[in-house]
Amino acid sequence: MTQRLLLTGVSKSFTLHLRDGVILPVVGGVSFGVEGGECVVLGGQSGAGKSSILKMVYGNYGVGAGQILIGHSGGQVDMAVADARLVMQVRQQTLGYVSQFLRAIPRVAAIDVAAEPLVRAGVAAGAARKRAAELFARLNLPERLWSLPPATFSGGEQQRVNIARGFLPDLPVLLLDEPTASLDARNRQVVIDMIAEKKANGTALLGIFHDADVRDAVADRIIDVSRFATAAVAA
Amino acid sequence: MQDNDPPLMRVVNLTHMYGDRIGCRDVSFDLYPGEVLAVVGESGSGKTTLLNCVSGRQQCSAGTISYRMRDRRLQDLNAMSEAERRFLMRTDWGFVHQNPADGLRMNVSAGANVGERLMAVGQRHYGRIRETADDWLGRVEIGHDRIDDRPGTFSGGMRQRLQIARNLVTGPRLVFMDEPTGGLDVSVQARLLDLLRGLVDDLGLSAIVVTHDLAVARLLSQRMMVMKDGQVIETGLTDRVLDDPQAPYTQLLVSSILQV
Amino acid sequence: MNSLDAGREQVIATYNFAYLDEQTKRMIRRAILKSIAVPGYQVPFASREMPMPYGWGTGGVQVTAAIIGPDDRLKVIDQGADDTTNAISIRKFFERTTGVETTTLTADASIIQTRHRIPETPLTAGQILVFQVPIPEPLRFLEPRETETRTMHALEEYGVMHVKLYEDIARHGHIATTYAYPVKVEGRYVTDPSPTPKFDNPKMHRNPALQLFGAGREMRIYAIPPWTEVVSLDFEDHPFEVQAFERPCALCGADDVFLDEVITDDRGGRMFVCSDTDHCNTRQAEGHAGEQEA
Repeated sequence: MTQRLLLTGVSKSFTLHLRDGVILPVVGGVSFGVEGGECVVLGGQSGAGKSSILKMVYGNYGVGAGQILIGHSGGQVDMAVADARLVMQVRQQTLGYVSQFLRAIPRVAAIDVAAEPLVRAGVAAGAARKRAAELFARLNLPERLWSLPPATFSGGEQQRVNIARGFLPDLPVLLLDEPTASLDARNRQVVIDMIAEKKANGTALLGIFHDADVRDAVADRIIDVSRFATAAVAA
Repeated sequence: MQDNDPPLMRVVNLTHMYGDRIGCRDVSFDLYPGEVLAVVGESGSGKTTLLNCVSGRQQCSAGTISYRMRDRRLQDLNAMSEAERRFLMRTDWGFVHQNPADGLRMNVSAGANVGERLMAVGQRHYGRIRETADDWLGRVEIGHDRIDDRPGTFSGGMRQRLQIARNLVTGPRLVFMDEPTGGLDVSVQARLLDLLRGLVDDLGLSAIVVTHDLAVARLLSQRMMVMKDGQVIETGLTDRVLDDPQAPYTQLLVSSILQV
Repeated sequence: MNSLDAGREQVIATYNFAYLDEQTKRMIRRAILKSIAVPGYQVPFASREMPMPYGWGTGGVQVTAAIIGPDDRLKVIDQGADDTTNAISIRKFFERTTGVETTTLTADASIIQTRHRIPETPLTAGQILVFQVPIPEPLRFLEPRETETRTMHALEEYGVMHVKLYEDIARHGHIATTYAYPVKVEGRYVTDPSPTPKFDNPKMHRNPALQLFGAGREMRIYAIPPWTEVVSLDFEDHPFEVQAFERPCALCGADDVFLDEVITDDRGGRMFVCSDTDHCNTRQAEGHAGEQEA
């Protein structure tokens, strides 16, 4: 199969034990696939469960039912049932994630935050920093910020650190959670170009973009998540 | 799954009773090389009892704890002689106490505190011991001019960093930490956490960190266990336990974090 | 002998030989035998109240009382001297309770009870040196828990001893411990040589005499049997060294002995003389003279 990522019958609900066990349905019957070289965008209004789907794929959220298959290490892994160590391994070798917000680590320089995944994957620290620097330059991040911890950066600056961190390793599947939300037009275009390059390299991308321009520029297909939300409530 | 990477420590059905009272019950987990496991829960949940049992500081009532020695043999901790166990504790393991005074010798200098483990394994060259101690003080960001000062003249954060250096100087593979940032100012905590995180990464350490602070768990660990009333009620990837907690108690813990 | 002395003699006559009762002596002898069997190991014993305060040598006195016989000849020294209060009172004690002969000549004594020194005159096989020990546990400086120090001895965990020496070098540039300098006995137990100057440590090594140590308050006996290996702890780059003195003894001219400083007036006058009074007297009698006598 050419599907790098395949979701089948995936559902998710939250049980709020602190609210007398109220069950909050999120999505149901989620089924779609993403091929290598393709960028699939999740659409639908806010609260429809777009982020929840990304988080289930990445393993941050548990999966209520269904399968999330990812091509990993020559085989397939079902992220819905994979144990913690396997999830970590998939994240290191196969699955990248650019989150909306940067979880800032105190005192670590921006350049090291970006280079860290490469270093973990075995790239020498110097080489990893060099590649991070190239990407920072491309994203127009002022050089004086590179050696500073990103905690005090503006939203847009933090997001660019985050993008560099997520885009640097060459992983076969990449999840994008509103990576352009706080960027100006120039830097949005850089990200659009970077996504196009990833596609050309054969990376499978699954993303959320609320900005219509970016969405239209990168999306090969748009999946409306609203119908999954309805299915969840009906279930 | 990689099977060529066997666990460093394997704990099976560990139970410890204090008379009729449960310390911890039926705890099982594997710890893998390079992995940091956080154990969270409120006071009295059994997390410190668990840590004391798996680190050989306390005899458990039932269950087995095995550790993969440097020769790759998996050895039952309870079957070891006391001499072997204590040797392991001062060479291949480290233990970072919440209160640095419990893990340091307060009446000798910082340099001697770091050098002690080296002397304990037979190093007898003063110059080299001092050089190594000096190097480690630098790595934990303690000024070289403080090497001959006693820990009593250090701030809480410095003492904690000194305790870490004292533990890591013999290149242990496994470090146990009991609330390593407890009792420190928030700014000092952040520095310590960052330092710990860097050291764990650089040295490829495995660690079991007991904490009631979920932010500490998030920053340091890949996996976590949530304990309540002596039992593990939830376990898994740290991200997942914190982002999508399942057990009622875990939801309460997570929802109780103050956002700033 | 006047009537007062005669009366006292009667009272003392009701005491057993060497003051202690025979059961107690047997108990102490068992401890001594065990301590000889395990060189350097501290054997607990049921220390008795003695008719002198703790700190005045009650441990040494009990050991001496347990081993002394009517044929022994006893010498007692304190800081090397036969004529200090402590030495005299212990000597008198044994004179009265045993009636054995006493001497100040090292070579003539079969038992020498000592505080703080080993005689300069080499000891010979058959002699017994009994040390008075205040604190028998060399690890106590760094580890106050007795349960823990016992385990450390059992498992030979002696790294902490070097911590003490490390501290010395860090602080003073050299190992500044000058007395109670820790030794390792027969390659096994780290032992406190009692507060003797480290000058005397080499004398303990392969000494033909039996060395017994008694700590009364701490209730411990330990021993270094004849010819036992006794090594002072040190670092490769800071080896063990004994004190060196700039001048020879002012009275007898000896330059290979441990000297005491003696203040001679209130205008800063002082001299250095042998701490071993018997050694000094013997040398002077043989015609040796230091600058003071010349």
